[in-house]
Amino acid sequence: MTKSINITLNVWRQKSAGVKGGFETYHAANISTDMSFLEMIDVVNEQLTLDGRDPIAFDHDCREGICGMCGAVVNGRAHGPEEGTTLCQLHMRYFSNGDTIVIEPWRAKAFPILKDLAVDRSAFDEIIVAGGYISVNTGGAPDANAIPISQEIAEKAMDAAACIGCGACVASCPNASAMLFAGAKISQLALLPQGRPEAAQRALAMVRKMDELCFGNCSNERECEAECPKEISISNIARMNREFFKAGIGSAVM
Amino acid sequence: MLDAKIPSGPLSEKWDKHRFELKLVNPANKRKYNIIVVGTGLAGGSAAASLAELGYYVKNFCIQDSPRRAHSIADQGGINAAKNYQNDGDSIWRLFYDTIKGGDFRAREANVYRLAQVSNHIIDHCVAQGIPFAREYGGLLANRSFGGAQVSRTFYARGQTGQQLLLGAYSSLMRQVGAGQVTLFPRREMLDLVVINGQVRGVVVRNLVTGDIESHAADAVVMCTGGYGNVFYLSTNAMASNVSATYRAYKKGAFFANPCYTQIHPTCIPVHGTYQSKLTLMSESLRNDGRVWVPKATGDKRPPNQIPESERNYYLERKYPSFGNLVPRDVASRNAKAQCDMGKGVGETGFAVYLDFKDAIRRDGKDVIAQKYGNLFQMYEKITASNPYEDPMMIYPAIHYVMGGLWVDYNLMSTLPGLFVLGEANFSDHGANRLGASALMQGLADGYFVIPYTIGGYLAQMDHTEVTTDHSAFKEATQYVNEQTGKLLSINGKRTVDDFHRELGNILWEYCGMSRNDDGLLKARKLIQELREEFWKNALVPGLSEDFNQSLERAGRVADFLEFAELLVMDAFERKESCGGHFNEAHQTEEQEAMRDDENFCHVAAWEYKGDDTEPGRHKEPLVFENVELTQRSYK
Ligand SMILES: Cc1cc2nc3c(=O)[nH]c(=O)nc-3n(C[C@H](O)[C@H](O)[C@H](O)COP(=O)(O)OP(=O)(O)OC[C@H]3O[C@@H](n4cnc5c(N)ncnc54)[C@H](O)[C@@H]3O)c2cc1C
Ligand code: SF4
Ligand code: FES
Repeated sequence: MTKSINITLNVWRQKSAGVKGGFETYHAANISTDMSFLEMIDVVNEQLTLDGRDPIAFDHDCREGICGMCGAVVNGRAHGPEEGTTLCQLHMRYFSNGDTIVIEPWRAKAFPILKDLAVDRSAFDEIIVAGGYISVNTGGAPDANAIPISQEIAEKAMDAAACIGCGACVASCPNASAMLFAGAKISQLALLPQGRPEAAQRALAMVRKMDELCFGNCSNERECEAECPKEISISNIARMNREFFKAGIGSAVM
Repeated sequence: MLDAKIPSGPLSEKWDKHRFELKLVNPANKRKYNIIVVGTGLAGGSAAASLAELGYYVKNFCIQDSPRRAHSIADQGGINAAKNYQNDGDSIWRLFYDTIKGGDFRAREANVYRLAQVSNHIIDHCVAQGIPFAREYGGLLANRSFGGAQVSRTFYARGQTGQQLLLGAYSSLMRQVGAGQVTLFPRREMLDLVVINGQVRGVVVRNLVTGDIESHAADAVVMCTGGYGNVFYLSTNAMASNVSATYRAYKKGAFFANPCYTQIHPTCIPVHGTYQSKLTLMSESLRNDGRVWVPKATGDKRPPNQIPESERNYYLERKYPSFGNLVPRDVASRNAKAQCDMGKGVGETGFAVYLDFKDAIRRDGKDVIAQKYGNLFQMYEKITASNPYEDPMMIYPAIHYVMGGLWVDYNLMSTLPGLFVLGEANFSDHGANRLGASALMQGLADGYFVIPYTIGGYLAQMDHTEVTTDHSAFKEATQYVNEQTGKLLSINGKRTVDDFHRELGNILWEYCGMSRNDDGLLKARKLIQELREEFWKNALVPGLSEDFNQSLERAGRVADFLEFAELLVMDAFERKESCGGHFNEAHQTEEQEAMRDDENFCHVAAWEYKGDDTEPGRHKEPLVFENVELTQRSYK
């Protein structure tokens, strides 16, 4: 049933990249439990605006859990307390009257803060540039049914392809590692016959790029898997490592 | 008169013939051409990647922090192609015919035929990119049927088809970034178009992080900025979807076609509160297995499971025996509204109907249904806290897509030479109503398979005088943008921008939504003018221009919506017929279906901007049907 709750927010405010930030406290009254978390911030922002204060900057777009644009650490957990849920799909019914909610941006060296809760995740794009594709030009493809792919493999590839590139895995990892993100892409393409020819080269290039971009190593903490809103499995990291070893130079990164 | 430049000859040979006749740019020369692509959705991403593969140098802009997040990512249901893998009688001709008919005979035959022709190549290319489409046990691709079609021609990747197709285009794009052929400009908003000597030669954009106004020159601009559904405030579109890019092109001379053709999608989660920021679509693929019903008795408030079969009205199945729950979107939407207006609606507000999976679960088992729709059911439950495996979903129509957009010819070029428009931003292929799973098809057709050819035809013959951003036209555009921003920040009123946007949305939904009449439209026009006036006196836009200022971004978009809305309403007013998504109450059959007036309105209406204080001009492009017979759409 719909209810209204009153809550207190402790929100990280930072004017721009590289300047000092800090927490500020806001009170949000009469928040409907049917609201999404971002709608709750909208309401707070409307009030801040009317009060002549700077509204909280935060990234978002689809508000359906698919674009990967939103994200913040809520009470110490990336995307908040609900499993398998992005911040935009988290609803206020998971909070209670009188709660205090702490909201912080993703924190990782590779994701500098731009303002308040918005961070720069272009490092993810760079990892994809390094090899997250199949080298095929428009125009020359054979008939789509020319290569049958078993349903099981297609489904596994789809599981990995579900990654939305939100960065929660990095934000929740004590080493700020991007292995789950990269592993998901490498796995998706390595599982499919179309992706095999470049599999080793791809793994090598993407892993090297991660190092270069200051993402940390994986020490099997499994926090990424626990916080990933798309429940991407860490078996993808194992598959990435296998591809990487096949490429012949494992020791440098492990 | 507008010349669509449709090639002569038989329908099925037009595209081949045209490709042969188009001038080619010599491969060595391609790298001398700079092309700006605005937008990284299915249309923009595929166009930027394909043009770069050909050797052009591409600058690609988007609002989001990464090209992978364009609104296209949210498409759920699937993409059509005329593969006929199911051997169920599909063909290029059938896909063509269904699309023309679905669009209520308000699209161009030649464009739609080309779309059907290239549809098969799209699927081939996407599979080659590594898109994990759903497959049968034998390993071949699976298909499903989708609203408005009687064959199974829709390819899908769970309920995330758009995500997978967009990530495919994105991966090709990133490969070209790596190759140095594409430079990305994320977190940029295009705020003006630069026209020099009658040719579009660049854009002015705002850097959304620093607030800097940047100029970029090119030999041609390809706009793929998506649809303007957010003019209604509540829609299924992503929050940043806007009309600004296309509207500012309109103000620079590009004609805007059929703005009143807006699509209302029948299966969305109903509105539940004033704080609501957007609506969520439940893919219409659900209508393959879900049955739509309302209680027979007015005001029946019993929980759905306590309403016996005999007291339920499966109104779509009853009224349209051959298409049943799969009637096109406009028909399904209007029928839902009609039921609710009669007081049969369900849920707290009475503005909802049931979509029930009980019979499908009984027939196929829960696992099969979960495999098909699992993520949609999960999304529904997250939002509503109700479990669709147990209780029927509640759905209601919402704005979802716009068929209107910048006018383009067969080459996808607007009335401004050098400005090409692709994807939802153009008006070209869907007539007055778009069928399910065909926007993805069109966006990718435009980007992968049309623009790579047609842009060459333009570049090969354009006046190629070198232009740099020092040109006075860039200075003027920059000044205009700065003035506009300065004005917004200095209003210092008392109402937030969102509050204006919400009110605008209410006006449009009330008077220019699912059904329209002359009195309502006149009233809407007046209300919009008043609201716009108030906006410029009383809006409160906080912050600075040289900053990451999301309030300012929204203010600019809402200011454009407030102007554009009036054009939309005028277009609806002038179209004295009903067709597809445009339902004018004065023009309906006895059975309350849309009634076209082919004698007077079998044309595209393309609007020309003539100044802020002058009425825009309405131009006509007559639609000529040589291959199909215009009939009253019937889905009975
Ligand atoms: C929830 C939902 C589900 C859908 N499901 C389906 C489906 O199953 N099948 C189907 O065929 N269709 C579906 N559609 C329709 C389809 O999503 C769209 O028509 C299609 O994605 C539009 O693609 P596009 O490339 O034209 O534009 P978009 O994907 O909207 O991309 C627009 C791009 O332009 C950029 N942009 C916009 N304005 C500016 C500016 N001023 N400056 C700079 N950049 C700008 C944006 O950043 C973005 O990159 C669905 C739509 C919705 C809302
Ligand atoms: S792996 Fe999960 S957490 Fe990491 S970017 Fe992808 S979806 Fe987000
Ligand atoms: S806003 Fe798109 S995933 Fe949250």
